[in-house]
Amino acid sequence: MKLANGIILGAAALVFALSAALNTGAGAAPMHRVNAEAVLGVEQLDGTLSKYPRTLGEYGFFLDDAGRLPSDAVIPYALNTPLWSDGADKLRYIYLPDGTAMTDPGEGGLLGLPVGSAIIKTFAFGDQYIETRLLLHRADGWLALPYKWNAEQTEAKLALVGARIELTRPDGEAISYQIPNKNQCKQCHVKDKVVTPIGPKSRNLSGPWLSAQTQAGRLETMPAVHDTVPNWSERAEANDRDALARGYLDVNCAHCHQPGGSASNSGLDLRWEQSDPHAIGLSKPPVAAGRGAGGHKVSIAPGDPDASILVYRMSSTEPGVAMPELGRSTNDEEGIAVIRRWIEGMGPAS
Amino acid sequence: MIRTVFAAALLAISAITAAPALADNHTIAPGEGAGERLQEALILAEPGDTIMLEAGRYALTDGLSLDVEGVTIRGVGMEGDAQSILDFTNQQGAGEGLLITSDNVTLRDFAVENAKGDGIKSKGADNIIYHGLRIEWTAGPKASNGAYGIYPVESSNVLVQDSYVRGASDAGIYVGQSENIIVRRNRVVENVAGIEIENSNFAEVTENLTTKNTGGILVFDLPGLPKVGGGSVLVARNAVIDNNTDNFAPEGNIVASVPAGTGVMVMANSNVQVVENALVNNDTTHVMLIAYSQDYNDERYQPRPVDVTVADNVYGTGGAKPDFEGGALIAGAFGGALPPVLTDGLHQGLQVKDTKMVATLGLTKVGQPRTEAAPALWSQADDTKSAPTLARVTLPDGMEARLQ
Repeated sequence: MKLANGIILGAAALVFALSAALNTGAGAAPMHRVNAEAVLGVEQLDGTLSKYPRTLGEYGFFLDDAGRLPSDAVIPYALNTPLWSDGADKLRYIYLPDGTAMTDPGEGGLLGLPVGSAIIKTFAFGDQYIETRLLLHRADGWLALPYKWNAEQTEAKLALVGARIELTRPDGEAISYQIPNKNQCKQCHVKDKVVTPIGPKSRNLSGPWLSAQTQAGRLETMPAVHDTVPNWSERAEANDRDALARGYLDVNCAHCHQPGGSASNSGLDLRWEQSDPHAIGLSKPPVAAGRGAGGHKVSIAPGDPDASILVYRMSSTEPGVAMPELGRSTNDEEGIAVIRRWIEGMGPAS
Repeated sequence: MIRTVFAAALLAISAITAAPALADNHTIAPGEGAGERLQEALILAEPGDTIMLEAGRYALTDGLSLDVEGVTIRGVGMEGDAQSILDFTNQQGAGEGLLITSDNVTLRDFAVENAKGDGIKSKGADNIIYHGLRIEWTAGPKASNGAYGIYPVESSNVLVQDSYVRGASDAGIYVGQSENIIVRRNRVVENVAGIEIENSNFAEVTENLTTKNTGGILVFDLPGLPKVGGGSVLVARNAVIDNNTDNFAPEGNIVASVPAGTGVMVMANSNVQVVENALVNNDTTHVMLIAYSQDYNDERYQPRPVDVTVADNVYGTGGAKPDFEGGALIAGAFGGALPPVLTDGLHQGLQVKDTKMVATLGLTKVGQPRTEAAPALWSQADDTKSAPTLARVTLPDGMEARLQ
């Protein structure tokens, strides 16, 4: 979080400086406009219609071709506990059409975003942008589209079929990074057959950010529930291991492992709000895990991470075993450590 | 008269526009970038389109998926001289070879080899047809093979026919948490379970050949799943032969507990009919009925087999090498081989009409350890409850017509 905040604050400062420079420079800088029609997938001002705009630039979310400078209509945000994606840095933004505001569903849930809005997430390693994923709220529902940045970092092109990129992370590890295809975007974002955002739940957002949005009229009411999901960056000092682990599972697993999600048939429900121990996986036998069970008999063996399918599958990179199925080609060692400690702390089943 | 002609012409026009005249064929060829080209076609397909797979081997590095309704994926054949083979030997990602998440999809006449996870999975995909497919792990039975070959789940109206599955480390054909199901004329060889119907209702498993699996055909109901209470299952006119392959399922999975040499196994479920099958040379027993014996916490769940009918089957040799603890002893007590039908004693309502040789383990409580078994010959006279009837499964109008 410190890191993520640093990046966002840095970017925001840069934007501020640059937009100030642009505005005061010649005094004739053209006013920037987000292409609301591209977001909605309706006829654009130039008479064209594109269901799947070909480049990220067409939307006008950013002032520059490199996608470093978000427009004023685009709000940066961060999550307390983020989804881990091969260790990629993530830059998150919400685009709200003029005059609209987000709504609070209560109980820490997903902020309501109006038709015409978009959620923008760029995946980067250091300075190198890899991809930007969009969730577009159209009249007929949410649409998820991935855009892949070119090597020159001047353009991100629609990658409907996704891509696999061999890259070396800043930590020196060579990885085979996968940009998901359009269907794979949906696999994680589907609930009851409908595409939905996952991230911006008020329980996983910071009070100051929510408050700032409320004051700016971008959020109708200040959510009573916020920050209940702990700050992942402060995990070393975290006292509440249960909250840390449950927050991690909620963010990394529950989009599929919940009723109506892609892994609903497993009966495993890893949502933050689930309190039934069996549904969370305690002493729960697998259903269709196949070799993913790794010889273990239950999803979570209280007190024994080494006998827990959950840990086994988090600790594998092999397709058919690895969980999550999408979005990683390496293991999240920090995440595994948190889940192991949590399971150890349960003590043996009585 | 003129008016009639005009009306007829109008009708003809509307017939043309109503027909899938807009449906397109997209032909994909193997070779460089085939995976991307195929995935792109699957994403850009419109309802009613057909994706044609030309003959050859498609080397794929990632899982494929289809999320458009009413699409047909069709190859030139699953075996023989002309085949379309989706080869996942070098797959790097995804939990299955091909994933279907849309309704009214037809899959036919191609092969899927060596998927890292499941072969083809369809989830929440109603009215799906699997026809003439080969799903194979080509090195034969190995614990490292994918779990399921053909894997429809959480779906209504499922047709799986004329297909071949080999090497699945769980079940060759697995239908889970679904209803209105026909599985017919398939060949399932060298899987842990040949065919498994789990937590599902209204299923017909007919005219299949299940051989060299650990267990031939399983009808299971498990607790704790979104859908429980499976039943109304017909297992008829199948050849269930030589299912004696050592269980190679990874431990932890329910099928890992299936003894090698099991013909047909019914666990929990209600109203199951096992009729007119040929059961030959299954070394544990041909037909086994057991209750779910593990702990569970699910008020909806009924752990016993209820109302099972076993009739008009033909039994060959079998039962001579029961693959469970104490099995040899029990077989000895029955003269060297277990009878063709074995119950743990926990069923409620059993009609066996084709043999008097039915063994019971004599358990009286669900969850009771098998060490407390009191094996005996079971007598139909002890069970006078009459079996309910079973309605035929009918698929929606027009579904099978998609294959014409």
